[in-house]
Amino acid sequence: MTVILNQSFTGVSIGAVLLLIALGLTLTFGQMGVINMAHGEFIMAGAYTTYVLQKSISGAGLSLLVALPLAFLVAGAMGALLEWLLIRRLYTRPLDTLLVTWGVSLMLQQLARDIFGAPNVQTAAPDLLTGNISVAGTTLANNRLFILGLALLCVLGLTLILRLTPLGRRIRAVVQNRDLAEVSGIATERVDRTTFFIGSGLAGVAGVALTLVGPIGPTMGTNYIVDAFLVVVVGGIGRLKGSIITAFALGVLQSVLEYSTTVSVAKVIVLVAIVAFLQWRPQGLYTLRTRSLA
Amino acid sequence: MLEINTVRAGYDRTTVLHEVTVAVPKDGVAAVLGHNGAGKSTLLRAAMGLIKPTNGTILLDGEDITRLAPHQRVARGMAYVPQGQQSFPHLTTAENLQLVADGRPDGDEAIAEALDLFPVLRELSGRRAGLLSGGQRQQLAIARALITRPRLLLLDEPTEGIQPSVVAEIEETILALTRRGGLSVLLVEQHVGFAMRAAQQYYVLEAGRVTSSGSGGAESEQTVRAALSV
Repeated sequence: MTVILNQSFTGVSIGAVLLLIALGLTLTFGQMGVINMAHGEFIMAGAYTTYVLQKSISGAGLSLLVALPLAFLVAGAMGALLEWLLIRRLYTRPLDTLLVTWGVSLMLQQLARDIFGAPNVQTAAPDLLTGNISVAGTTLANNRLFILGLALLCVLGLTLILRLTPLGRRIRAVVQNRDLAEVSGIATERVDRTTFFIGSGLAGVAGVALTLVGPIGPTMGTNYIVDAFLVVVVGGIGRLKGSIITAFALGVLQSVLEYSTTVSVAKVIVLVAIVAFLQWRPQGLYTLRTRSLA
Repeated sequence: MLEINTVRAGYDRTTVLHEVTVAVPKDGVAAVLGHNGAGKSTLLRAAMGLIKPTNGTILLDGEDITRLAPHQRVARGMAYVPQGQQSFPHLTTAENLQLVADGRPDGDEAIAEALDLFPVLRELSGRRAGLLSGGQRQQLAIARALITRPRLLLLDEPTEGIQPSVVAEIEETILALTRRGGLSVLLVEQHVGFAMRAAQQYYVLEAGRVTSSGSGGAESEQTVRAALSV
């Protein structure tokens, strides 16, 4: 029983990381239909923001708290700049967008190498997040609980923005009918940039969270980007609900398989399961008509 | 009010409109009639800025708006109800209206006025627009356009594909709006009788060219029907 609970918690915590890195993509890829291969580098930017802050602010707890909003702004600004410089010219050319953003991704990785060096670096976790707590015989790592809470907070925040604010209404309207939104008086290009800012900013927040569970390096984003895209595609492009369910389902599946096999075999089985699922249901768990995909 | 001067426009390399000139009188109605594929909807899309003319100019109260984006034209007092009862299907009726009212100081008042014109929308406020009937969606589309308090309204076949009981209601509302003053209308319509009742000026479009034009009113109806039957 304890084993099951432990593996379930590990699965949920893997799901939380997946969800956090995929959340930004549900906006830029899911809602806007842009395949942004540089999304992983926004995660990296968030992580390096934490690293830089920890060097200048004493106290790991304070630097982590400051890093969350700052990483959002840094990664968000990078995303908005990328949208303004390149992506907005390529909205009708998804393949070109993929290639261009891949190029940007490589450039950003090299830039990180030039600034911070090629070897991975590490940040210190605040004392509060280094220990474990025990619940019903299950050991729950504090840093994993923090990431789970952060992921749920981001989901809640994003849901509230999309559902209840004028900006959220505008984002949903532009996704559903761009021309109609434009002739209804909405400056759709500005909405695109804001959506990209929020989506990229969430990647930055994910980067901060990842510093608690692993090293920071120029290629760290690449390790997560495929998983993030898988979460959005399996969940159903454009559907937040689908991404949440998929992230946790994949996390738990991965964790259970890792326990009964090995990490590599578990990864292979998960990918085969995703391929089989998409053969059966190509539109993903949930569907929503978007501008250029699905 | 609106002057479309020798506009040439189309899609990619296909030219749909060939040097079309149409004028909408201030506080009046100009109707554009023609068969399917004549270029009526393209004319409205060009007037609203959804497609860029390759030649000619579009003036709103003397200001050249030819290169302005659609949302900038809305800010200058234009509104557009496109063909096909378009809405934001996953937004509720209330959200469809609120979306346009957001950021307007008189937004709540404008929504209330629009709902007074189409009371059925009040009962459907929580329903997703995609679940409304064609007639209800068209009423929503017109209400959404009116919330921007336009000086010029572009209507693309507002009664097409709608059940007859609602057609009469929509036609009456449009006529009432145009008689109230302060609103000019460029109306694209297949229904000649209604168009000629509403319009002070008519244009018949054929293969992207204005082939006939004149004063509106019931007395011109036969002339227009004859022009359309050729």
